[in-house]
Amino acid sequence: MAAPIIELAGVAKTFESRAGATEALRAISLAVDAGEFISIIGPSGCGKSSLLRIVGDLVEPSAGVVRVKGKSARQARLDRDYGIVFQTPVLYDWRTVLENVQLPLEVAGRPRGERQERPRTLLRLVGLDEFAGHYPWQLSGGMQQRVAIARALALNPSILLMDEPFGALDEMTRDRLNQELLQVCAETAATVLFVTHSIAEAVFLSTRIVVMSPRPGAIDRVVTVDLPRARGDATRALPRFFELVTTVRRSLREDPRLAGERAGGSGG
Amino acid sequence: MPPWPRRPASRLPATTTYNPPVSSAGGDRRGARPRRWLRSLAVAVAIAGVWEAGKALFALPTYQLPHLHEIAADFLREGAGGERWVWIMALNAGYTALESLIGFALGGAAGLVLAIGFAHSRWLERGLSPYVVASQTVPILAIAPMVVVWLGTSWFSKAVIAAYLTFFPVTVNMTRGLRAVDPDALALMRALAASWWQILFKLRFPAALPYLFTALRISATASVIGAIVGELPVGSRYGMGVVIINAAQYYNWRPANLWAAILVSALIGIAFYHAVAAVERRVVGWARTAPAV
Repeated sequence: MAAPIIELAGVAKTFESRAGATEALRAISLAVDAGEFISIIGPSGCGKSSLLRIVGDLVEPSAGVVRVKGKSARQARLDRDYGIVFQTPVLYDWRTVLENVQLPLEVAGRPRGERQERPRTLLRLVGLDEFAGHYPWQLSGGMQQRVAIARALALNPSILLMDEPFGALDEMTRDRLNQELLQVCAETAATVLFVTHSIAEAVFLSTRIVVMSPRPGAIDRVVTVDLPRARGDATRALPRFFELVTTVRRSLREDPRLAGERAGGSGG
Repeated sequence: MPPWPRRPASRLPATTTYNPPVSSAGGDRRGARPRRWLRSLAVAVAIAGVWEAGKALFALPTYQLPHLHEIAADFLREGAGGERWVWIMALNAGYTALESLIGFALGGAAGLVLAIGFAHSRWLERGLSPYVVASQTVPILAIAPMVVVWLGTSWFSKAVIAAYLTFFPVTVNMTRGLRAVDPDALALMRALAASWWQILFKLRFPAALPYLFTALRISATASVIGAIVGELPVGSRYGMGVVIINAAQYYNWRPANLWAAILVSALIGIAFYHAVAAVERRVVGWARTAPAV
């Protein structure tokens, strides 16, 4: 088997503030193979966003080692190996939809032809080619998030980091975007790290689910999703789908530290 | 079907104002123009009414408050050289406007450079901002003669004084605007391995444009004041400041002349303000909140 594309070894993070030190993550070790879709799930404040940002070199770990494609996370960032999608679309208001998707290509100094063609292709991929000339505020929340996904794919990154990208959307939009995301991933062959609150979403999308416990965030359990890789509406009706949802929910509930705390939106 | 009409997917220049064709917002627009003029006219008539009523009610003599028609008549009076005053006022107003414009540009640029420095370096801000604040607490009337002594009585010294009043609002607002960037928008740039310059020009600066224009509106009127104050010291030959000094000297004899000069000076400032607002509407058309005029 090839070397893992992402390797975390003993990663920890402590935030220092005037109120004192807060231990956010403790001893996180994880290996992700190329092409995997990994969901990170856990209650609020378990440090899953921090973990994602550590992988993307947006936050420095306090301890431990992050290797991405055999390089440091910093080198991977400088090589533009990451595409990133946040909980909010973070589109630039002064740019049209097309210009927003062009941004990564401009920053990377790609040739003019590619700057024109690539965004068009990506907008077609997310079904928004008709809205290329619109400004972000003219689009619905779901459409804006699709633009953000197109932008994240602009430089054809090998790793997609997604921080609760569909958390602010209604369930119907979320289900549809989940389906679209899987298609996009199949076409781009990207490895995905996906932070979510939703158990059903995690089961539907992932090859593996990392269940985290809070304060300090640590990996409780890794659930392998042994559903067929081709997923659709039928997947959500499979008995195995419900079993996996139950497994993940139990892992979240079993944690004694979670007593009294609800384990996120369940759906399913 | 989305609530907005489909538009051809043509590439719009970033500066184009998008007029929402939605009926409620766009439909009123055409009708709003004449009504806005009408409103302005109504307010002007009301002010004129209060003016004349106040004069009649308190029995104010002309040297305290002239009739409006006396002020209007002053524009048609012949000056010492034989030209009518409307022409003399126009020439001097043009001179002052040019000085203000140059000062506005210089001050705006200086304010911007300072703001970029402050926004990126707390150290620089802590070191310099006390002096920037102090510069604005010193009465401009005290500084103006010194600047004229240093730089001469030409247009340049007036432009520098105008710049002195212009840069401060730009520095204060832009420092804030350049810093008020969404942390995730910044994280996105970082994830793209963007350079310092790219972050400045593709993110910080466009995001801060609404702040810049708020400052420029204030600066627009301040720059005119600066230019006029710069014209007050002895030695200046043109500009509204010179007209005001002369009119003040002969006030008892021809009070309407000073009032006319005040009116013209105010008009320059108002014109500047609206010019900035017009540019703002074109450039920051993407901002969701319509700028209040």
